[in-house]
Amino acid sequence: MANRINREQVQHVAGLAKLEFTDAELDAFTPQLDDIIGMFESLSEVDTDGVDVTSNVSDQLNVMREDVADNWGQSSALLHNAPDAARGFIKVPAIIDESEDND
Amino acid sequence: MNYFDKDLAGLHADLVAKKISAKELTQATFDNIKATDPQIDAFLNLNEEAALNQAAEIDQQGINANQPLAGIPVGLKDNIVTKGLTTTAASKILENFKPVYDATVTEKLANAQMITVGKTNLDEFAMGGSTENSAFKTTKNAWDQTKVPGGSSGGSAAAVASGQVPVALGSDTGGSIRQPAAFNGIVGIKPTYGRVSRWGLIAFGSSLDQIGPMTRSVKDNATVLSAIAGHDDHDLTSSTQAVPDFAADLNDATSVKGMRIGLPKEFLAEGVNEDVKAAILAAADTYRKLGATVDEVSLPHNKYGVAAYYIIASSEASSNLQRFDGIRYGYRAKDVKNLEDVYVKSRSEGFGEEVKRRIMLGTFSLSAGFYDAYFLKAAKVRTVIINDFKAVLKDHDFIMGPVAPTPAFGIGDEIKDPITMYMNDVLTIPVNLAGLPGLSLPAGFSNNLPVGMQLIGRPFDESTLYKAGYAFEQNTDFHLQVPTLGGQN
Repeated sequence: MANRINREQVQHVAGLAKLEFTDAELDAFTPQLDDIIGMFESLSEVDTDGVDVTSNVSDQLNVMREDVADNWGQSSALLHNAPDAARGFIKVPAIIDESEDND
Repeated sequence: MNYFDKDLAGLHADLVAKKISAKELTQATFDNIKATDPQIDAFLNLNEEAALNQAAEIDQQGINANQPLAGIPVGLKDNIVTKGLTTTAASKILENFKPVYDATVTEKLANAQMITVGKTNLDEFAMGGSTENSAFKTTKNAWDQTKVPGGSSGGSAAAVASGQVPVALGSDTGGSIRQPAAFNGIVGIKPTYGRVSRWGLIAFGSSLDQIGPMTRSVKDNATVLSAIAGHDDHDLTSSTQAVPDFAADLNDATSVKGMRIGLPKEFLAEGVNEDVKAAILAAADTYRKLGATVDEVSLPHNKYGVAAYYIIASSEASSNLQRFDGIRYGYRAKDVKNLEDVYVKSRSEGFGEEVKRRIMLGTFSLSAGFYDAYFLKAAKVRTVIINDFKAVLKDHDFIMGPVAPTPAFGIGDEIKDPITMYMNDVLTIPVNLAGLPGLSLPAGFSNNLPVGMQLIGRPFDESTLYKAGYAFEQNTDFHLQVPTLGGQN
């Protein structure tokens, strides 16, 4: 099998996507992603010289409007969905690492 | 109360004539769901108290004879947000999420006085074709509970096919309405991109996603699409095109007379099951007998649709799903030491395997060094695929073919093999890439499992698809067959 993506690259992409995988998951994922990317490579058979990119198929052009603030009056319902909240704010752990080894 | 014997017009007539009240109909619907759902597992969450209250209110006001959907129950796929009613997208990461607003389609159905009875199961974030990727349960095919219902709108399809509700909404990014409709022997449409507002649809692939109705008949489908379609200021990709009363035109069983229909040779190629092929060729004969011309045509780049789609849809998903970070809503991992941990652990523990696979594929396709070879190439191939459709639809009123290469497969049979699973979408995906309308309707059986036919039209020409679907229904009886649940009708 051609190595289109290796274990280190999978780990690099996982970092970009804010995901982490165990060794066992990496073992399973790497050949699977490699096969799928192999399927993607069939696109090289299509001649796209001079062909434009399609990024959207809407029939609407850019629609402009005034940027007006709107108060939905839902802050308590919104905070109710937050995993942790206090005094009208969402609580998160400290941004600085509090573990013993800070390297 | 099941919905095997009456269409929406019949239910409406009974409600207007007070043969049954909206509250009685709603109560009977819940009773039936509770009796049948242990076998089907179509619903993730029921809305019983609010639905019964809404029905009582409608009864008090009196059923409006000009409001064809008033008092009629509907199920919503659980990636369509409902204010105050838990909406999970079948993901652990949204297990306790209570939306603070209604999707535009939810609001439009409420304005039409339809009664939302509950939220239906799906593959997590609509990624999959069997509902086996749901974090909560696998829905069963209404015709054979050892088979998948298809997906991702498998809960909506099985709910309608088993007579639990007369209508459910699904969403379709690469076939997620049409394939489960085909697997369950019902009617489903993926409208033209922009026909229906996506506001409040939990985003997967934003340039591909559309919401559409799933029903027992073409006319019912047309009635509901007219109610949910139209421009919405909250979704600027929604079209300002006028919305026809699609059902009003459905009264001529021979309306396909003189139409030209394209049957792409690629749609009957290798990999398509013999029974499926036979059903489509028989349907072509039905159309010929009704006075239409059916030509063999070609969509030469159809086979590249799957590869282009899994790059584009996964790239859009990897971007859309960045919002699930454990901060403002949804699952947050315990035992985290810093903010980076919150993101990485919440996402890694909250997302299921298929969702992670798509995020990885998308992030890879968009990453430095690979963007040109994968994402840009796929976006160009998308243009080539669109041009294929344009060439055929220039001198054909619509295209016909199968929905899926096979009838429903067994639960557990394909879930371990992503590429086999992805290839199942080969006949539906190109329609999303091109933004065209696609209608799926019953066209036969294979070993007692339904076989679906797909009609593909020009942009915003759902009318032609509905007319052709209606004409087919009037001349066949596939849509009148009903499954036996637990050995009984």
